[in-house]
Amino acid sequence: MTITQLEIQLVAAVVAAACALPGVYLVLRGMAMMSDAISHSILPGIVVAFFLVENLNSPLLIVGAALTGLLTVVLVELLTDTRLVKEDAAIGIVFPALFSLGVILIARYAGDVHLDLDAVLLGELAFAPFNRLEIAGHDLGPQGLYAMGAVGLLNLGFILLFYKELKLATFDAALATTLGFAPVALHYALMALVSVTAVAAFDAVGAILVVALIVGPPASARLLTDRLGLTLVLSVVLGVACAISGYWLAHVLDASIAGSIATMVGGCFTACYLFAPTHGLVAQYLMRRERRWTFARKVLVIHLLQHEGLPEATRECRVDHLQEHLSWTASFARQVVAQAEDQALVRRGEGRLWLTPAGRALAQEAVVHT
Amino acid sequence: MSSSPAITVRDLTVAYRESPVLWDIDWTVEQQDLVAIAGPNGAGKTTLLKAVMDLVDPVAGQVRVLGEPYRAVRDQVGYVPQRGSVDWDFPTNVLDVVLMGLYGKLGWFRQPGAEERATAREALAQVGIEDLADRQISELSGGQQQRTFLARALVQDAALYLMDEPFQGVDATTERTIIDLLRDLQADGKTLVVVHHDLQTLPEYFDSVLLLNVRRMASGPVEETFTDENLRRTYGGRVGFLHPPSEAS
Repeated sequence: MTITQLEIQLVAAVVAAACALPGVYLVLRGMAMMSDAISHSILPGIVVAFFLVENLNSPLLIVGAALTGLLTVVLVELLTDTRLVKEDAAIGIVFPALFSLGVILIARYAGDVHLDLDAVLLGELAFAPFNRLEIAGHDLGPQGLYAMGAVGLLNLGFILLFYKELKLATFDAALATTLGFAPVALHYALMALVSVTAVAAFDAVGAILVVALIVGPPASARLLTDRLGLTLVLSVVLGVACAISGYWLAHVLDASIAGSIATMVGGCFTACYLFAPTHGLVAQYLMRRERRWTFARKVLVIHLLQHEGLPEATRECRVDHLQEHLSWTASFARQVVAQAEDQALVRRGEGRLWLTPAGRALAQEAVVHT
Repeated sequence: MSSSPAITVRDLTVAYRESPVLWDIDWTVEQQDLVAIAGPNGAGKTTLLKAVMDLVDPVAGQVRVLGEPYRAVRDQVGYVPQRGSVDWDFPTNVLDVVLMGLYGKLGWFRQPGAEERATAREALAQVGIEDLADRQISELSGGQQQRTFLARALVQDAALYLMDEPFQGVDATTERTIIDLLRDLQADGKTLVVVHHDLQTLPEYFDSVLLLNVRRMASGPVEETFTDENLRRTYGGRVGFLHPPSEAS
């Protein structure tokens, strides 16, 4: 692995970690699509700030972008508040309008400047090591690494400092207000962080991957754990894992790094969706199946208990006539009886089924508790 | 504590884009009263609670809580919102939700510690779900959710409790637990204002009532206020199927 390769992976990993942290709160607040809006609509902010300072590396570009990010949020909320359109439609109206404004501004006035539209959408991680941070002639590494590292630390610091306040404002904004924790201020602070993160990240990875990294890892982590702290940690871990594995996928396929990372994010979510321990599709399926068998065994022992010792018992409890009485298929009835025998709930004798003491106890308990 | 009324509402009008939700409400709640707010859907019951807590901006009128503006006595007011107002899939457990009631006392930046957790466990015991402290909130039944919210309000140790339909969708045992708890709190000197939908149980559970339908239709002690005539005025013709309150109480 060359130094350049290592640097690209480092930048990608730091971008992923920085995006995942505020992403958790967006996902929990049901505003994941706001990241899509912000990551696109910061473009005119960058362009206008660039016209003002005429320097592509100025930190004012980040400020300009962050302000347009907030403007997006405000415009979406104003539009939603009119109740003439719903929030998703408001997002779909606001951000393409702002984004296309940026596109026109670039095409009309900045055609000769390095503000490449392809790079805006997809970014180019492979170029990340070309912009070096040099102080007094010493090469300190890629600029992007420092910019993203600073943003990542800002996000981490904000979440650590306001962990309890953010949790309350996200879970129950009304209580947060009555207790005097300004949830509206926290909301806009969070949106400002998302904007700053998006603008810092999109130079490296582009607007699309920013969305993937903000939404994908938190949505995946949410399926793996039911604790907020762990959701944050796992989001970062998954994001970094996707970034690094995505880099190597791009290496193998000789394809776009950003595209490969986004593909890994999609794959990571699919894997969590299918195989997460309790919330995954497979686990849910197994749980439902197990519950169905457990329930069927209960139905069987309760049936036997109802008729135990009564004259019709010989008829009702015959193995080959069970399916008629319980409206089961013959094969289902056979499997249930086999399971019940395995668990020593029933035993066969004289062509019929008998409850064991354990089976009787289960039936009696089931009757009382359901 | 001051001897001012728990809540004083004067000429309160709240509107959403010029259509009034609350229309010129005058209303006083004395301390240590157990008050129900009743009225049809859209009567402004929740909005009134929110106006008391400064969560909505009134068009006109003023609200005093314990004789002060709400901001000054914020830590004296406990709020139990409707169960449906939060996302129960939020990744946290019961104890953590109860701890949120203590955030106001902790203030910014301070994290809850062992002392706060002990207080929260006590409150859970008071509402009868101490064994659920570590339970994921997405696994709670409606009654358990309501008890969790009540425990969260209890740890606030407030002088005034505002509760929005705490009996909504809970089982009979939980309803009993809640009403016993309300009585205990009242005996401890607390004032309780509860949005209540069930007119059958209202006279049995509460001492006073505010009948609300955008305007204040009637308010005062249950035995004087909860009359057929007032109910008809509040609900229109829609209470014909009810037992007269004299039978219900």
